[in-house]
Amino acid sequence: MCGFGGYFGSVPDAKNLLERMVSAIAHRGPDENGVFVDKEAGLGHVRLSIVGLGDGQQPMSDESGELTIAFNGEIFNYVELRDELRAKGRRFRTSSDTEVILHLYDVMGEECLSRLNGDFSFAIWDRRRQRMMLARDRMGVRPLFYMNNGGTLYFASEIKALLQVPGVSAELDPIALDQIFTLWAPIAPRTGFRDIHELEPAHLMIAEKGKVAIRPYWQLDYPDRGASPLFTDERAAAEELRALLTDATRIRMRADVPVGSYLSGGLDSSIVAAMATGMAPQGLRTFSVTFDSVEHDESAFQMEMATALGTHHSAVACRAGDIARSFPEVIRFAERPIIRTAPAPLYQLSGLVREQGLKVVLTGEGADEVFAGYDIFKEARVRRFCGRQPGSRIRPHLFRKLYPYIPGLQQQSAEYLAAFFGAGDVPLDDPLFSHRPRFKSTAATKIFFSGDLRTRLSNYDAAEDLASRLPAAFSRWHPLHQAQYLESRFLLPGYILSSQGDRMAMAHGIEGRFPFLDHRLVEFATRLPPEMKLKGLVEKHILREATKDLLPPSIGQRTKQPYRAPDSHSFTGVGELEYVRDAMSEARVSDSGLFNAKAVTKLYEKCQSQPVTGFRDNAAFVGVLSTQLWLQTFTGSGIRAAEAA
Amino acid sequence: MTETIKDKVRAFVIENFLFGDTSYDLADAASLIENDIIDSTGVLELVAFIEDQFGIVMGDADIVPANLDSLARISAFIEARVGAPATA
Repeated sequence: MCGFGGYFGSVPDAKNLLERMVSAIAHRGPDENGVFVDKEAGLGHVRLSIVGLGDGQQPMSDESGELTIAFNGEIFNYVELRDELRAKGRRFRTSSDTEVILHLYDVMGEECLSRLNGDFSFAIWDRRRQRMMLARDRMGVRPLFYMNNGGTLYFASEIKALLQVPGVSAELDPIALDQIFTLWAPIAPRTGFRDIHELEPAHLMIAEKGKVAIRPYWQLDYPDRGASPLFTDERAAAEELRALLTDATRIRMRADVPVGSYLSGGLDSSIVAAMATGMAPQGLRTFSVTFDSVEHDESAFQMEMATALGTHHSAVACRAGDIARSFPEVIRFAERPIIRTAPAPLYQLSGLVREQGLKVVLTGEGADEVFAGYDIFKEARVRRFCGRQPGSRIRPHLFRKLYPYIPGLQQQSAEYLAAFFGAGDVPLDDPLFSHRPRFKSTAATKIFFSGDLRTRLSNYDAAEDLASRLPAAFSRWHPLHQAQYLESRFLLPGYILSSQGDRMAMAHGIEGRFPFLDHRLVEFATRLPPEMKLKGLVEKHILREATKDLLPPSIGQRTKQPYRAPDSHSFTGVGELEYVRDAMSEARVSDSGLFNAKAVTKLYEKCQSQPVTGFRDNAAFVGVLSTQLWLQTFTGSGIRAAEAA
Repeated sequence: MTETIKDKVRAFVIENFLFGDTSYDLADAASLIENDIIDSTGVLELVAFIEDQFGIVMGDADIVPANLDSLARISAFIEARVGAPATA
């Protein structure tokens, strides 16, 4: 796990530039750094040493010196791949997984990607063929950004490295802002930065002879509705799931340093911690975040699980004011505006892990996407159920059952519930059916966009843009699989794994590992019948079945409580912070040109006077504040976004 | 009377849900839900406003879109209920 930057083309004073690029992302690799400069290409690397502590320095060249790699991430099956390659006569000089990729590329070219089980992004400079290959892991755990500047291709693990390139200045992309304020994240390859792109998950790029080609090497796919199910026997499916998850965890314990585990108190991280406990010879260390507010705190479940497993447990308290205090740093690392504060406690949590001397943690992230755990999947099922009888006054009461932790919802009439959830006479064949209410309620935040920004965005529709990018087979999939695809392909890499995952962990040089995102497990789960995942309104049914002996019943049978953090109240409930007042001031907001300054002032006053506000007001508050901080951080205080959309 | 009630409700909606945006073309019959002006928490804010401002006690059966989903409906509801007991 590390960070890298590089270029392909012509760059004056390349060594100096590469050193500046990797220096900008030094937090990703505090252990070592290095640069490699060739005539037409250069690579720089900062290293977090986890595998091959003494001999895994990068950039790394092969014996011939013709191939050089800069690599961020881990190849979890490198032991098996190395044995295979040795059997074919390959000789290894190091004990690192990095060298395994080099050999595999030498043997298979870009087809090597099909053999890699891991979370990775890397660049390989192939001097013989005079080409640069960039690649990113299947689910998008590790980031990789690129841009074309004056005919030269630049790339890096974080955007702040690209901003070191002479002549490049940060500009906010208005379309990306519209996407964030509708879909929660930009649609890759778009980023928050104008003219800076992201290599999409499961894609590779080959740059050679003045051409750049990008293509997928793997795709998330589901069987057609009505196709013969691969599994009809639930017990057999659960057994296979258990075996896959065990192996996914086992190979993620591979490291030359201790591996810890996050423990949220929920089902997924508890399963991972339980599996890992038996695989950690020195005992497992677990880490949690706790909250002051009862609404968000899960410490009782965390302690119950830690005690049951006998782990050495540490927790960091996210107290009133902590989110606000860390938020400017959170935006600096997230590198984009966000509409929720949820990344901030995770930033604190990775800081705790670093303080305790660990570099690697397992997490339960991905289980909700892979095994249908999110409320949105259940909500879509209830909406379809209601949609079949739009006049029913009874069916909408099910929405209350879906969201017991939202007090305001419990007081709504069936008519209002049906209206808010779009459960009336709505088209059931809408490809975005499952996510339409979320997108609609989020897009209501755009009421704060300035007239100027609205003009520049013209008739742009982020949801329709997303719909236009769906694969041809999408319409043939079961509705649950359609919803899972939307979560897994867009929100998971676009927000969860980036803003809450990689960037918050790597801010403190911590590597997160995700057993539920092992591609073998993902592929297996796509072929499970929908009813094994979402049984009635019980989420992740097959996962519970496969792991029920691992957990106390109070954890194993627990209804999902989504991970949330206090939003606007984090900033208004702890006394007025100078930077918040400044960023939200009418003058500052007016200067940015992005938001209606008078409306933002009223929103700020409303959030100060009413501690509990609805989703729209909370999301808008955090969205405006984070955008203002983004502008200050990346463009300096002279706030002005890109002039044209 | 009707104009006064409607004006007060309109002012509240503009101030609290449209954040002072007087340029928004808020038609009397326009749905507050369909036009994303109000969300589930907003309904409770609206109920609190009606109870405080007009001295009406609203029962659960009153809190339905038929009574509250447009300026016209809200003002008609208030007008009919001023001084009358709650229905639930």
